[in-house]
Amino acid sequence: MTAAAHGQPKRSLGQWLVIAVPYLWLVAFFLVPFLIVMKISVSQGAIALPPYRPVLDLARGWKGAENFIAGLSLDNYRRLGSDPLYLVSYVKSLEIAAFSTLLLLLIGYPIAYGIARTPRRLQAVLVVLVVLPFWTSFLIRIYAWMNILQRDGPLNQLLMALHIVREPPVWLSTDTAIYIGIVYSYLPFMVLPLYAVLEKLDQSLLEAAADLGCPRWKTFWLVTLPLSSSGVLAGVLLCFIPIVGEFVIPDLLGGSQTPMIGQTIWMEFFGNKDWPTAAAVAVVLVFLLVSPIVVFQHQAMRGAERG
Amino acid sequence: MQIVGSKRGAAPAADGGARPLLRIEGLTKRFGGVAAVDHLSLDILAGEFFALLGPSGCGKTTLLRLIAGFERADAGRILLDGVDLKPVPPYRRPVNMMFQNYALFPHLTVEANVAFGLKQEGLPKREIAGRVADMLALVKLDNLGARKPHALSGGQRQRVALARSLVKRPRLLLLDEPLAALDKKLRDATRFELMELQRQLGTTFIIVTHDQSEAMIVADRIAVMDRGRLMQVAPPAEIYERPNSRWVADFIGDVNLFQGRVGDDRLSVEGTAAGRLRVAAPIEAEPRTPVWVALRPERMRLTRGKPSPGLENCLPGTVAEIGYLGDLSIYQIRIADGSRVKAAVANSGGSDAAPNEAEPVWLSFSPDAPIVLTR
Repeated sequence: MTAAAHGQPKRSLGQWLVIAVPYLWLVAFFLVPFLIVMKISVSQGAIALPPYRPVLDLARGWKGAENFIAGLSLDNYRRLGSDPLYLVSYVKSLEIAAFSTLLLLLIGYPIAYGIARTPRRLQAVLVVLVVLPFWTSFLIRIYAWMNILQRDGPLNQLLMALHIVREPPVWLSTDTAIYIGIVYSYLPFMVLPLYAVLEKLDQSLLEAAADLGCPRWKTFWLVTLPLSSSGVLAGVLLCFIPIVGEFVIPDLLGGSQTPMIGQTIWMEFFGNKDWPTAAAVAVVLVFLLVSPIVVFQHQAMRGAERG
Repeated sequence: MQIVGSKRGAAPAADGGARPLLRIEGLTKRFGGVAAVDHLSLDILAGEFFALLGPSGCGKTTLLRLIAGFERADAGRILLDGVDLKPVPPYRRPVNMMFQNYALFPHLTVEANVAFGLKQEGLPKREIAGRVADMLALVKLDNLGARKPHALSGGQRQRVALARSLVKRPRLLLLDEPLAALDKKLRDATRFELMELQRQLGTTFIIVTHDQSEAMIVADRIAVMDRGRLMQVAPPAEIYERPNSRWVADFIGDVNLFQGRVGDDRLSVEGTAAGRLRVAAPIEAEPRTPVWVALRPERMRLTRGKPSPGLENCLPGTVAEIGYLGDLSIYQIRIADGSRVKAAVANSGGSDAAPNEAEPVWLSFSPDAPIVLTR
């Protein structure tokens, strides 16, 4: 810190290049595409190629630029506010993301805790097992769930055989199926950051708590959980943010009642060929998700200061 | 019966009638077939400052953890005030421990760390605040209560750990290498503070250490441990001056060891590398029994000329090496059979009188210097 305040020695060209690489990457693959999407979101739809206007025509010089700017409007954003379809879709996405993140935390925490408390040699094996599903294509695994959840699929056969149900329940095209798919797919993203903090947890702290008169369940609330909060936060964000924009799982396992926001964007882009509206939906989503990241960054900085 | 000598007036009564605060009977703990604590029995009196001393891996920390309740014994009993601790979980034992790495809660302030144990007792808030403040004042941390442990120095952390383990007023305080992480200067000062604190509070302290000078300074009694067994339990001076075995004599301080046989008059040991050694008191072993003689380097006299003629317990040699330590020098003297004998010589000025390397010298010692060991 103080070194920066007092001026650092001049960096060589090589050092500048190393620092520049991540920035160049972000500019090329995040900022530029995002600006393009933002531009499309303030355009109007058209039956043309590309399917929106205005398009910047530099051949016409200043006149072209003026026409271009005059053609931009915030109409699409107004439409997002007026048509309840979008609002419902956002709410549904946030609701599914929030609830499934909670489920992931409740399932993932005990798994991570269990792995962190097994003998060292076994831990590596268990971590590999947690990551193992990634070795199969994500799409194939979701198709497998479609098969499992079918009316006469393995799940219902099992339930019938065990006499838990009389009639085979409907799983596919329900929110339950979406939750099953999401929890199954995202579990490693919850378990790994939690395991990383729990594995480093100093066991003598738990002994110290016991020594000071704290029963085990209370030690969990007073020591283990607060000290793993950074892992909880990382796991929650790693799951929550992509789940909000999840498209494949609700599309393949969910029903047609209320689409999640990813499906809405897809519909606007490919169904209605309405690129500007789709772009506006996407931009709003980005801002919805940026806020938790800012919170996360803030927390991480404070954590770093705490050492 | 053990002899309890005390360095201080406030130390526990030495009569055999005093009931021990802690009684350990035939305690055994094995880790994968290896006994870390092996049929160990020990009594610790109320108010004692007791040290468990031994090389690393001797089982001293395991013994401490058994008392705290973090390990379960395979056999034997631990009685506190006559009550068997076996069914008592660690969080209900009236015993507190200060951990070697301090184990301070990193997410809590100094105050909250110290208050942690009192909160578990469900005491009223005002009483907790008062006791925490008193305890922080006692360890001279009153102005640092709002800090987190990471913002403290090593010495301050050590005090927080001490305060946290004492604030519940335990019957017994267990200290696992409490000074090991401090630098030497701070460690020396803290030793005396620890003694002072123990005297003020009257709490029974059991300290685990591998540092013999630490044990000698702070403890009323020392238990020397090796491979899960107690080698000797006695006050520091007795351990040093009357070790009961070669192992203890060698472990505590520096020592010269000679093998020999008890003389017919039982007042000498014959056939050692240093010849015939005369001792002051009759040896409690049959003549001709093989024994060991231990001689502390500081009991050896080093002279250029042969000491007064006819004096026994003197032998010639040459100076092989001199280790200068400041306050004293350790001389390595090569004697007739080629082995080396250590002699400590105080450097009290007039260094020109001290022998130099390769100089022929005489070693001598009085008959009360040799310690005869039968095992």
